[in-house]
Amino acid sequence: MTSATTLPEAAPTRRVRLEALRRGVTPYLLSIAGFGWLGFFFVIPLVSGLLVSLMTGNPDQGYVLTWNWSVYADLFTGPTPYWLYLVRSLTYGLSATAFTIILAFPVAYFIAFRVSARWKTTLLALVMVTFFVSFIIRTDMWFYLLGGNGPITRVLVHLHVLDHGQTFLSTPGSVIGGMVYNDFAFMVLPIYVAMERIDPRLHEASNDLFGNRANTFFRVTVPLTRSGVFSGILLVLIDTVGDPVNSSILGGKETYTIGQAIQNAYFTTQQYNVAAALSTLLMAILGIILFLYARVVGTENIEDLI
Amino acid sequence: MSEAPPPSSSEAAISLRGVSRRFGDAIAVNNLELDLAQGEFFALLGPSGCGKTTTLRMVGGFELPSTGRIYLDGTDVTALPSHKRDVNTVFQSYALFPHLTVAENVIYGLRRRGTAKKEAFTRAEEYLELVGLTGFGKRRPTQLSGGQQQRVALARALVNHPKVLLLDEPMGALDAQIRKTMQTELKRIQREVGITFLYVTHDQAEAMSMADRLAVMNKGRMEDIGTPARVYDHPSTAFVASFLGSCNVLPLGTEGGPTTLPDGSATLVEGATAPATSGWSLGVRPERVNLAEAGTVSGPNATTATITDVTYLGAVSEVHLETAWGTPVQVLQQRGDAGLLVPGRQVAMSWKADECFWLPPENETPTTQEDAA
Amino acid sequence: MSDQTLTRRPTFGPGPLHPDDIPEVKPRRKLGLPLFYCGIVTFLLIPIVAMIVYSFNVPTRNAITPVWQGFTLDAYLNLFAVQGIAEAFFTSVAIAAASGLVSVLIGLPMALALSRYRFRGKGVLNSMIFLDISAPSIVVGSSALAFFLSLNFTMGWTTILIVHVAFNIAYVVTTLRARLSGMGQNLEQAAGDLGASPLVGFFTVTLPLVAPGIVAAFLLAFAMSIDDYVITSFVNGSTETFPLYAYGFTKKGMAPQVLCFGTIVFVVAVCLAFLNGLLNRRRP
Repeated sequence: MTSATTLPEAAPTRRVRLEALRRGVTPYLLSIAGFGWLGFFFVIPLVSGLLVSLMTGNPDQGYVLTWNWSVYADLFTGPTPYWLYLVRSLTYGLSATAFTIILAFPVAYFIAFRVSARWKTTLLALVMVTFFVSFIIRTDMWFYLLGGNGPITRVLVHLHVLDHGQTFLSTPGSVIGGMVYNDFAFMVLPIYVAMERIDPRLHEASNDLFGNRANTFFRVTVPLTRSGVFSGILLVLIDTVGDPVNSSILGGKETYTIGQAIQNAYFTTQQYNVAAALSTLLMAILGIILFLYARVVGTENIEDLI
Repeated sequence: MSEAPPPSSSEAAISLRGVSRRFGDAIAVNNLELDLAQGEFFALLGPSGCGKTTTLRMVGGFELPSTGRIYLDGTDVTALPSHKRDVNTVFQSYALFPHLTVAENVIYGLRRRGTAKKEAFTRAEEYLELVGLTGFGKRRPTQLSGGQQQRVALARALVNHPKVLLLDEPMGALDAQIRKTMQTELKRIQREVGITFLYVTHDQAEAMSMADRLAVMNKGRMEDIGTPARVYDHPSTAFVASFLGSCNVLPLGTEGGPTTLPDGSATLVEGATAPATSGWSLGVRPERVNLAEAGTVSGPNATTATITDVTYLGAVSEVHLETAWGTPVQVLQQRGDAGLLVPGRQVAMSWKADECFWLPPENETPTTQEDAA
Repeated sequence: MSDQTLTRRPTFGPGPLHPDDIPEVKPRRKLGLPLFYCGIVTFLLIPIVAMIVYSFNVPTRNAITPVWQGFTLDAYLNLFAVQGIAEAFFTSVAIAAASGLVSVLIGLPMALALSRYRFRGKGVLNSMIFLDISAPSIVVGSSALAFFLSLNFTMGWTTILIVHVAFNIAYVVTTLRARLSGMGQNLEQAAGDLGASPLVGFFTVTLPLVAPGIVAAFLLAFAMSIDDYVITSFVNGSTETFPLYAYGFTKKGMAPQVLCFGTIVFVVAVCLAFLNGLLNRRRP
């Protein structure tokens, strides 16, 4: 291909232009339904959520748009400690994400590199099998297992790890544990996929160039799985920070999170503007964290990640 | 706007008139003029990125030209999508449908044109026989070797009796041995079916061995077009000369007249008008240069040079020399005169007037010389 | 190789080993990773085992207890005895199937556009899809609620379906786009070259080849939909899906029938996955 020079001025015929138009229009026709659906039922609600946060009023008389930006300031200074819930949710989400990476990486590594091809699918399926049971039931089962009468608690009391009447429930540990449990597969899968793409000869090349097992792992395997880890983080962090279920089933008063606060603001106190402000803030903070992470770690194509 | 009739003879199988294609700011194909005769095996040759594949894709209907017209048997097909054109393609990666059997692949085109299933299968069997794959109809493409897959792709295209068959680097994925046999095969099949072939390749040996005529493209332009012998023996530009084999390019006109070598020796090319301006060069193929004892040769087309290196290649010896003014020269010598070919020795270098050619300055638009045939 | 050829060969350095003398090289086997994997899988399976076991436990006042009180099939024999459970279950299945179907019908053409064409606005579409996947459920659900409220929409079956399709489109498009890109454009061009119009080419070449991808996309959408609690909880109105129904029992004594449904779904899903695995293994 050459750089631009002048083309002869022979205008394309009308039929050529019509054909070019037909070919140009096709992608729009194909994506119009999806664009419309996403635009109308996803993007517009998201933007209108921002607008709702700027309204004032009450559940009885309704809400009017007054561009009331002070609702955001009230989140930090008002009587309800929303900032505390937010910080708590971020802490839970970040810890849960860190634990899933630590636990999921060896599992993915084992399936990708230490197992013969015919067993890979089966071993991966065993990790994915949790998806066959409703998320609510799984979390509820932990509630029963860890509760006062639950078998796990009774064994631990018997072993004097726990005192009588003491349980793991209602602690940050149980909430984070529930998050790790529920989102574990979301981390294993992308890391595994990234590892599968690594050419095994690269490991041999690293060994050939005098890299020992640790060198090979940290200088070849880990950098090449970066995109998988990023998509895992994306999925797990976003899911856990906003999640109201683990904290309400496995937690207590001391583990109240932003997800629960949003639910309550909508359904119990019906402060729609506060609820909308909370979700907008949550979205913004998550966006900033992920953007910074992508910048610092440097990811290739963001669309490759999902 | 009225549609202009093709300016050239309407017997041409394909005519391209002023065809250009740009992608954004880049021009992939620049103002191409091309006529393919009926039943001709035509090769479009050039380095990667020269626009040859884009040209093929425009003829096939996968790409619309930005300007210009394309005629098929005298009919303007510029705006027709590929499924309405009477041309078929053998793709680089063959593009065989993996979910269909070999026979189902071959009848695909016939079925689209409404041929009854039974008749289509009979015809498919004929064409599988033509390409030497009798009895392979029930297999899947994935069960075949690369060479066999290529034969299926060929049968799948030819069974439709296209006006022109387009071949996009079809040998690219084959190893050297199979490539050789396939070249002979392809030439035989082309003669048997009598269909015009437009063959795109970057391999000059492949193009020269099969094509009736070939065109060399560079940077979106066509630099030369003619029979393989003509283009090889008398290329029109330095690019064409060095793309088709190796070529010694000697500068002219730095001393004396526009046809004089830097050391003052005169040059002469038979049957060509001598350049009137400076900046031209003289091209001569390594196998056309004769070496002799220094001082034994005189007249035009002779000069002296010093041997720098000799490589024995079996059938020939490759001799590297340097002229008095410093241009490196490469010569292939058939008779290895051991006494003469010694590094450091000064020798006489000469060539015949009908075996060398003038080459225009690099950035001048080439004057395409179409041969009389 | 016979012994004779071995001895006749000129040797340098140590002589050739007799085959029986060649020491067997045993691969190093480390148990750390396999044990770790087993530990993790046990951790993952604990609540599932608990669900299955407790579904057979004798309940106290029709609520499950974590203490084993004896084996019974009562809950399975009276599967629909708890009010609303059947309705919630079948509502979930219907919405999951419908949202899977609609999102495939909408998502497949969109995936085609994104994988086959260059066009203005493609970046916007890609960002919409990325945003759709990465928006937290709580935000998606709450903003959908605010939106429907502002339009005075009655919440229920329809709003659940609309929102489920909206979040499923992104998963469907992502799955199918990957498949279509992997397949490449060559085959469709070959179909066109052989006289198939784009529509005929789609049905004779593209569709048969991406069929497994379409099934996978549908199943993913189905799974995301049937298991969703957070988003649905905002837009359900008075309609109850199975996760919402199950959540209703949280901390107040769950009817064993909920676990029975969970167990039945689990067993059926595992059997289907097993069958699928067998079929895949038999295929070459």
